[in-house]
Amino acid sequence: MKILVAVKRVIDYNVQIRVKEDGSGVHTDNVKMSTNPPDDNAVEESVKLKESGKIKEIVAISIGEDKAQESIRKALAVGADKGIHVKSDSYIEPLGIAKILKKIVEKEKPDMVFLGKQAIDDDCNQTGQMLAAMLNWPQATFSSKLNIKEKSLEVVREIDEGLETLEINLPAIVTCDLRLNEPRFASLPNIMKAKKKPMEQLNAKDIGVDLSNRIEQLKVEEPPKRKAGIKVASVAELVSKLKNEAKVI
Amino acid sequence: MSVLLIAEHDNSKLKPFTFNAITAASKIDSDVHVLVAGTSCESVSKETANIPLVKKVLVCDSPNYQNYLPENLAPLVIKVSEKYDHIVASANTFGKNFMPRVAAALDVSQVSDIIKVNGPDTFVRPIYAGNAFATVKSNDKKKCVTIRPTSFDAAEKSGGSAPIEKVEAVDIPSTSKFIKREETKSERPELGTARIVVSGGRGLESGDNFKLINDIADKLNAAVGASRAAVDAGYISNDHQVGQTGKVVVPDLYIAVGISGAIQHLAGMKESKIIVAINKDGEAPIFSVADYGLEADLFTALPEFLAELNKLNTIQK
Repeated sequence: MKILVAVKRVIDYNVQIRVKEDGSGVHTDNVKMSTNPPDDNAVEESVKLKESGKIKEIVAISIGEDKAQESIRKALAVGADKGIHVKSDSYIEPLGIAKILKKIVEKEKPDMVFLGKQAIDDDCNQTGQMLAAMLNWPQATFSSKLNIKEKSLEVVREIDEGLETLEINLPAIVTCDLRLNEPRFASLPNIMKAKKKPMEQLNAKDIGVDLSNRIEQLKVEEPPKRKAGIKVASVAELVSKLKNEAKVI
Repeated sequence: MSVLLIAEHDNSKLKPFTFNAITAASKIDSDVHVLVAGTSCESVSKETANIPLVKKVLVCDSPNYQNYLPENLAPLVIKVSEKYDHIVASANTFGKNFMPRVAAALDVSQVSDIIKVNGPDTFVRPIYAGNAFATVKSNDKKKCVTIRPTSFDAAEKSGGSAPIEKVEAVDIPSTSKFIKREETKSERPELGTARIVVSGGRGLESGDNFKLINDIADKLNAAVGASRAAVDAGYISNDHQVGQTGKVVVPDLYIAVGISGAIQHLAGMKESKIIVAINKDGEAPIFSVADYGLEADLFTALPEFLAELNKLNTIQK
């Protein structure tokens, strides 16, 4: 069996976001970038399945500017076999990303596509589900536990009420939650070896799908700031403030 | 043109966030129609018809929709949506699961998790864990929108009498099977809609120590929340997680205990009306959003807090 795993390069989760003064977006120059955290879980799960012998091949794909290759190299360094970089210097909405992925799926014919459940930059939470609809495949979103059977997947999903278990036929789309596993770090020798692994390079414009964006970003602004609060000296003072000043208890 | 809202329910009653989603839908257009897809869900369609903001209820009662599998629900929504300009649902694990399937099938770019309606095609949505707000305009003819329930008030529950119309079920694929759902049962209020939330973080050091949080929550009739660190460490189950990839809460009072205040956690609670932080690290980022900060060891502060609460004659419920 074969897995296609999609990774996105985003502003690192620890970076304090700064909104541009002209309202056109957020600062990305000289800002630390890394792989979208749940995408790391998607890669890790693929590698674990390969180690267990249930999967033969892992193909890692990223769509974006040249530096997106860093996220692919990182996946190759922990165990993916081949990379595909689809170059695009402009922003593509999840709808367009799903269309590109669909074309790649038709060519690569994986049994499963793993993705992070959500990218921490645009917070859209759409791509996996959209790809599933386009391929007419079943989906398991927000997955925290996976068990591969012969022709199906048993998946535990994190939902608002608790946990849900599904069995979905292969081929299938899985979007990964942060608790699915603990992503490993690549060792230096493996990072060196990853440089020799194959990386196919394509251009988004040549894929042959409609990538026009449908959503115009009119402005980006800072959220209203909370006014600074106070430190209280004791629990008694805290309770008194909550009761008499904030009047919430 | 009318708005189609997809109701979230458990086949016996509406989930609370549906009322917030109805308010949001009514800000897009006043002609709000609600699709209730379920199994033996007659009581839900009646409950929906009573909501004054709802102008029409479409009910599809079929075994196909018992467990809300997105593979089953999406084709029905797509069929029903033909006459509508907007398809709306809550941006929780229900709406997030099926709406992008609908959008992709209709070749529509979905607008996720809106917090404000500026007009029928213009919305405000948080990006980067709420560290920026984007105002966006959808140029698709049909619009698929998920709304952040806590950013809209709940709609009035009674006084309406919308007509109820039946809708035929559509064929479903047999590619996915529901096995089970394990819901955390609790006597406490629901985290998403509670007036007070008491949350614990890694500082609690163990699942057993969450008893300290639970005791306060019971005293205040509050819901119990947690940081991702506490959930990852196994102190408490995932449905308690507050944050960017967990739940977003906007209670009147949020009490963060032993939570340092990572960006991802703040994304889920910083809109709360009053925030209290109890942490022994005076430099913890949580203090930068707290109205009242108490720099103290939680293991002594929480029992004291409970004792002080017990001294009060009255506590708002």
